Amino acid sequence: MHKPFAITLDPGSSLANRTGTWRTMRPEYVDRLPPCNGACPAGENIQGWLYHAESGEYEAAWRLLTQDNPMPAVMGRVCYHPCESSCNRASLDSAVGINSVERFLGDEAIRRSWHFEAPQTPSGKRVLVVGAGPSGLSAAYHLARLGHAVEIHEAGPLAGGMMRFGIPKYRLPRDVLEAEVARILELGVELRLNAKVANIRETLQAGGFDAAFLAVGAHIAKRAYIPAGSAAKILDALSVLRSMEGEDRPLLGRRVVVYGGGNTAIDVARTAKRLGADEAVIVYRRTREKMPAHDFEVEEALQEGVLIKWLSTIKQASGSSITVEKMVLDANGFPQPTGELETLAADSVVLALGQDVDLSPIDGVPGLEVDDGVVKVGADMMTGYAGIFAGGDMVPAERTVTVAVGHGKKAARHVDAWLRGQTYVPPPKHEPATFARLNTWYYADAPKSVRPVLDLVRRQSTFDEVVKGFDESNALYEARRCLSCGNCFECDNCYGVCPDNAVIKLGPGKRFQFNYDYCKGCGLCAAECPCGAIRMLPEEI
Amino acid sequence: MAFQPVKFYQTGTFTVGNRLLALEERSVQANMRRTNSLNSGHRACQGCGEALGARYAIDAAMEATGRRLIAANATGCLEVFSTPYPETSWQIPWIHSLFGNTAAVATGIAAAMRVKGKSDVRVIAQGGDGGTTDIGFGCLSGMFERNDDVLYICYDNEAYMNTGVQRSSATPPAARTATTTAVGEEPGNVFGQGKNLPAIAIAHDIPYVATATVAELRDLEAKVRRAMQIRGARYLHLFVPCPLGWGHASEDTIRIARLAKETGLFPVIEAVDGEVAAVSKIRRKLPVEEYLRPQKRFAHLFGSAPRSDVIARIQAIADRNIRRYGLVDA
Amino acid sequence: MLKQIEGSRAVAEAVALCRPEVICAYPISPQTHIVEGLGEMVKSRELARCEFINVESEFAAMSVAIGASAAGARAYTATASQGLLYMAEAVFNASGLGLPIVMTVANRAIGAPINIWNDHTDALSQRDCGWIQLFAENNQEALDLHIQAFRLGEELSLPVMVCMDGFILTHAYERVDVPTQAQVDAYLPPFEPRQVLDPAEPVSIGAMVGPEAFMEVRYLAHAKQMRALELIPGWADEFRAAFGRESGGLLHRYRTEDADTVVVALGSVLGTLKDTVDELRRDGVKIGVLGITCFRPWPLAAVRSALERAERVVVIEKSLAVGLGGIVSSNVGTSFGGSPGAVHAVIAGLGGRAITRASLSRMLADAVHGRLEPLTFLDLDRALVERALAREREQRRSGPIAESILRDLGVVASRPV
Repeated sequence: MHKPFAITLDPGSSLANRTGTWRTMRPEYVDRLPPCNGACPAGENIQGWLYHAESGEYEAAWRLLTQDNPMPAVMGRVCYHPCESSCNRASLDSAVGINSVERFLGDEAIRRSWHFEAPQTPSGKRVLVVGAGPSGLSAAYHLARLGHAVEIHEAGPLAGGMMRFGIPKYRLPRDVLEAEVARILELGVELRLNAKVANIRETLQAGGFDAAFLAVGAHIAKRAYIPAGSAAKILDALSVLRSMEGEDRPLLGRRVVVYGGGNTAIDVARTAKRLGADEAVIVYRRTREKMPAHDFEVEEALQEGVLIKWLSTIKQASGSSITVEKMVLDANGFPQPTGELETLAADSVVLALGQDVDLSPIDGVPGLEVDDGVVKVGADMMTGYAGIFAGGDMVPAERTVTVAVGHGKKAARHVDAWLRGQTYVPPPKHEPATFARLNTWYYADAPKSVRPVLDLVRRQSTFDEVVKGFDESNALYEARRCLSCGNCFECDNCYGVCPDNAVIKLGPGKRFQFNYDYCKGCGLCAAECPCGAIRMLPEEI
Repeated sequence: MAFQPVKFYQTGTFTVGNRLLALEERSVQANMRRTNSLNSGHRACQGCGEALGARYAIDAAMEATGRRLIAANATGCLEVFSTPYPETSWQIPWIHSLFGNTAAVATGIAAAMRVKGKSDVRVIAQGGDGGTTDIGFGCLSGMFERNDDVLYICYDNEAYMNTGVQRSSATPPAARTATTTAVGEEPGNVFGQGKNLPAIAIAHDIPYVATATVAELRDLEAKVRRAMQIRGARYLHLFVPCPLGWGHASEDTIRIARLAKETGLFPVIEAVDGEVAAVSKIRRKLPVEEYLRPQKRFAHLFGSAPRSDVIARIQAIADRNIRRYGLVDA
Repeated sequence: MLKQIEGSRAVAEAVALCRPEVICAYPISPQTHIVEGLGEMVKSRELARCEFINVESEFAAMSVAIGASAAGARAYTATASQGLLYMAEAVFNASGLGLPIVMTVANRAIGAPINIWNDHTDALSQRDCGWIQLFAENNQEALDLHIQAFRLGEELSLPVMVCMDGFILTHAYERVDVPTQAQVDAYLPPFEPRQVLDPAEPVSIGAMVGPEAFMEVRYLAHAKQMRALELIPGWADEFRAAFGRESGGLLHRYRTEDADTVVVALGSVLGTLKDTVDELRRDGVKIGVLGITCFRPWPLAAVRSALERAERVVVIEKSLAVGLGGIVSSNVGTSFGGSPGAVHAVIAGLGGRAITRASLSRMLADAVHGRLEPLTFLDLDRALVERALAREREQRRSGPIAESILRDLGVVASRPV
C-alpha cells in the first residue's frame, strides 16, 4: 500500500511516544496485611487459604492453613474468631464466616484423610514437650516439621488438655479431636500418657533432651471460702468437666448451682442440664455485660434453659440449699454487698472461679521467674532458664485454645533457632489493609450465611454437637465473600481501567506489572482496585 | 435482553475479570489477547474517560466482528490525541474525515463494503458530543433515516473539550465551560430543555439504541456485542468523564461515571426499533450532590454562597429520569 | 453508438459505463437530471453492482464519497453552485487525502442573489482546492471527459471535477457518440486504490500534521498536480486511439498558429467564439481561439507556447474575482510573456446572460483596434448601474440591490421610489 506522506500512518507508531515521562505520581503493587491475618492469635494466613478455598481447591487451602495451625477442625468449633471481629466485610454487610470455612476445611481433611507432609531431614536434636494440650500439640507439630525429634509427656490419660477435659462434647466432638491429634502424632511425635513431669531438669537430663517446651496449662481450680455444712456437695468445675471423659458421669443432682461467670461456668451449667438436672443456675456476682463468658455462649445457655442469677454471691451452702447475697455495682463497677439474702435450692455447688497453674514441675529452676501464678517468658517464649520455653495458659496471655496454638508455633520457631545457635527474627509485617483502602463497590452483594443449629430439645438431652458446620456450597459461598483485603486476587481491574494500556497482565497466578514507559500516573488503577493492593507514590522527578 | 450480571462469585461481574468465572464469562478487557485497539502512547490527558471508553468499545467490537472492522472518526479529542503525525495509536483501519460528517463517511465505507460483497466487514463511526449533537447532527440523522449499516458511538464528555472546554448542546445545566462561565445571575450553562440524543435516536425508530458509561464495562461490552449482531443503523451513547474539562481528579473518572448513573442523571437504557426495551437499575441511589461536588465545573454551586435552588433543579432532572425510565426498583 | 440525448443523460450513461460502485445523489439544479438518470439505471439493475445513496445534503454527498473511496470503491457524485460551496470542507478533504473521486459540476452562478443559471463562479471558487478541474466544450466532450477523469484520478490518486455549463450543456439535446462497454472497459481498468481501509492491513488515514511536515505535504500535493500536467496529454492520445476522436487534453487551439490576437475561454462559449472568429478571419483579422480544457493544474507552459506569437490576448470568462477583475485572465497573465497591458479581461455571461455573436464581434473589433479596456463587462447596462450607485449615495436605506435593479428594469412591480 502506498501511504501518502504524513497523512497515513502505520499502526504501532504511537509506541514511540513514551508517555511515562508525564508522571508525577507512580503506582506500585503492594501487599497489605489483612485484618484477619493480623488478628489471628495463631498467625494463620487466613486471606491466603480463603483464596484457595474460593476456587474449590480445598486441599491447597487446608495445606496453607496448616502451615500455621495443625487443628482447623478443632478451631472451627472452639475458636472465638477474632478474625471475624476484625473482618473488613463487617463494615459492608457482615463479617465473612471465616470460622465456618475453617471448620469445613478441617472436617473435609478428616473425611478425605489428608495427611501432613513428611518432615524434612532430622536435625538430630531432641525436644521435650510437657503437656498434650493445644499449645503442646502445636509446638510438637511445628518442631517435628522442622526436623526435630519430639516427645510429649502428658500427665493425663488422654491427649488434648482443655480441649479434652474442659470443653464439652457438644461443642467439640471427641472423634474430631482425636483425628487431628492422631495426624500430628503421625509425624513421628512420641506421646507418653500418664507421665507427669515432677522435676523438669531431671526429666531433661534423663531423656537427653536439648530443649523443652512447657505447656502444662492451668488445671488447678481456684477456691473460694464458702462456709458449708458437712452434707454440702461442693465441687470444682474442672473436675466435673474432666470426669465427663470417663465412664462414670458425675452425680450433680436435680438442682445444680454453678458459681462463677466465665466460659467454664457456662460449660458446666449446660453440661448439668444435659445430665438431666431440672435446674442449672449460674450465680454470678456482677451483670451480663461484665460477665467474662462470651455472649453467644450465654445466649445458647439461656436458650437451653440455664438460669442465671446476676449480682449474687454465695454466703453459705448446706446439703440441699445455698444462701446468696444480693450485690450492687458501685461507681467503679465493683460489686458491693447489700445485706439482702436469699435461699436457693441446690443439690450441688460447682465452683468455676478461675484456674491456676501447677508450678511443681519447675520448682527450684534457677532463673525461671513466676509472677502472679504464671511463668514469665520473653518475646522468644523462653523462660529465664536457657533452653526451657513455655506457652499456653501457664504464661501471661489471654486463655484460649487459639492463643495457645499460636504460642506453640512461635515457641517452636524460637526453639529451632536456639538449637542452631541463632535467633529467629520474624519478618516485618506489611502495613494494614484498612477498610478505607478498599473500593467495595466491586464486591457482589452477598449476605452472610448462617450455620444451622441443633434444635433445643435435642440440645437439652444429648451431647450432640450444637452448632453444625457448612456443606460445601455454603462454605464456598462464604469463602467467596472474602474481600481479599490488601492482596491482589487477580480481578483484572487495573488491567482493564488503564486508559493508556500501561498494565501488563502476566498470566493466571502471576498477577500484573506496570509498564512505566507509558503509565501517566492518573491513579485510576489504585482507585478502582477493590482490595487496596495498589499504592500511589510521588514520582522521583 | 439486558445485560445480566453474574452473582455470588466474590466480585461477580462487577470487576473487569474474575479468576473464579469461566473465561467466556469474563470481559473482553480481561483477555490477555484483547486487541488494544487504542494502544499506549496516545496523548490523552491522565485519566481520560474517552480514551478508556474508546478502547472498551472498539475492543469489544473487534471481538464481536472477528476483527473485521473499520472505523471513521470525527475531529475532536479522540482523533487529535490518537493520531498526531508521526504517531497513531490505532491498531485498526481508521479514517479521520472532518468534524461534522463522520456518520456520512461511515455510510460511504459501509456502502463500499456492501458493493464489494464484504458485508462481514462492519463499520463504526465515532465522535464526541460536539461532533454528534451539534455539527454532525444532520449527517447523523441522514444515516439513521437511511438505516445504513453503521454503529455510531458518541463519546459524551458534555462539551467541546478539544478546543478548550466550550459549551455544546450536550452540556448539562449549571456546568461551567469557557463559553458559559460561572458568573452572573445564572452562572454556568443555562437551564434549557437539553438535547437528548438517545431519545432522538430512538425517535428515528432505528434497530438499536443504547446508553452506557465507562463505569460499567460488562454492560458496555454486552451492548456493543448486541449491536454488532444487528444490521442497520445503531447508536451507542457513551458517558465519558473528562478530568480536565470537568475539574475532577484523574483517578475519579470511573467513580464520577458511576455516580452519574447512581444519581439518575444519566439513565442507562436500551431501545429496540424505537421503544425502550431494558433499563439498568440503579444499585444504590444517591442524591445529585454526591455527583456534583467532586467536579470543579459545579464548584460555584457550593462554597460560601451555595445555590441549593440550582441543585434542587438538577435533582428534579434526576428524579424525572428515574420516573420516566423506571431506574429504581420500587 | 450515436444518440440524440440530453447532455445530462449523456453524462449519466458515460458514468454508468465506468462501472461506479457508489453514487451519492443530492438534487440541485442544473445537475439533477444526471443523478436521476443514474438512479434509474441502478434501480432497474441496468447499472449493476452499484450502491445509489440518496444523501441528506451535498456535504453528506462528498462525505459518503470520501468514505466509499477510502474503502476502495469507485465513487461519483454531482453538484453545482451552492451545493459545491456547502461541501467545500469535504472537497478540500478529498484532495488532501488523495481520494480519486469524480464529480460533475454543472456550472452555475453563486448567490446572493440566488441565480440558477450558468456561469463558472462555482467551480472557480474551488480552483485551489487541489482537485483536477476539466472544462467541457460540448456534450460529447462532457461525456468523454468523465471517462478520462476516472482513469486520470485513479492513476494519480487525485479527485477530478468535470465541469459543464449548466443548462447550456446539461439540458441541451445534442447528438453524441456513446461508447460501448467493451471500449470503456479496455480504457479503464478496475479501481486499485493506492491506500485503502482494509482489516487485513490496518492504517490510520488522516493524521494531524503540524508545522514540521505540513509544507512538505502541500508541496507533494502540488507536485502531484504537476505530474498530471505531464500525463494528461498522453491519456488524451490514448483516448483518441481507443475511441477515435479528439477529446480532453490540456487545451484546444483553433486558428492560433498565425494569430495576432488570441481569445481565451472555457466551456460552451468556445463554440460561439469559433463562429465569431471565422467571421473575423473572413474579414482578414488574424485572430484565433484558445480553449482551456484543463484549468487545474494550470497548463502554464502549454498556454505560454500557444500565446507566444500573439500581440494581444483577450480572455472571455464567465467568472468574476470581485475586487480584482478576471480570474481566468489572472491565470493567463502568469503565462503570457508579452507586455503587461496586453491581456484583456472580458467578464461576460454572469448568471446565465446570453453571449451573442454580435456582442462578441463588437468586443473583438474593439480589441483588435486597441479600444478595449483592460477590464470590460460585456453588455453591461451602464445607465442602470449608474442609477443604482447614485441611489446608494443619496439614501442610507437604499434597499436590497437586486430588488432595486429589477424594479428599475420594470421586471418587478414596485412601490414608488
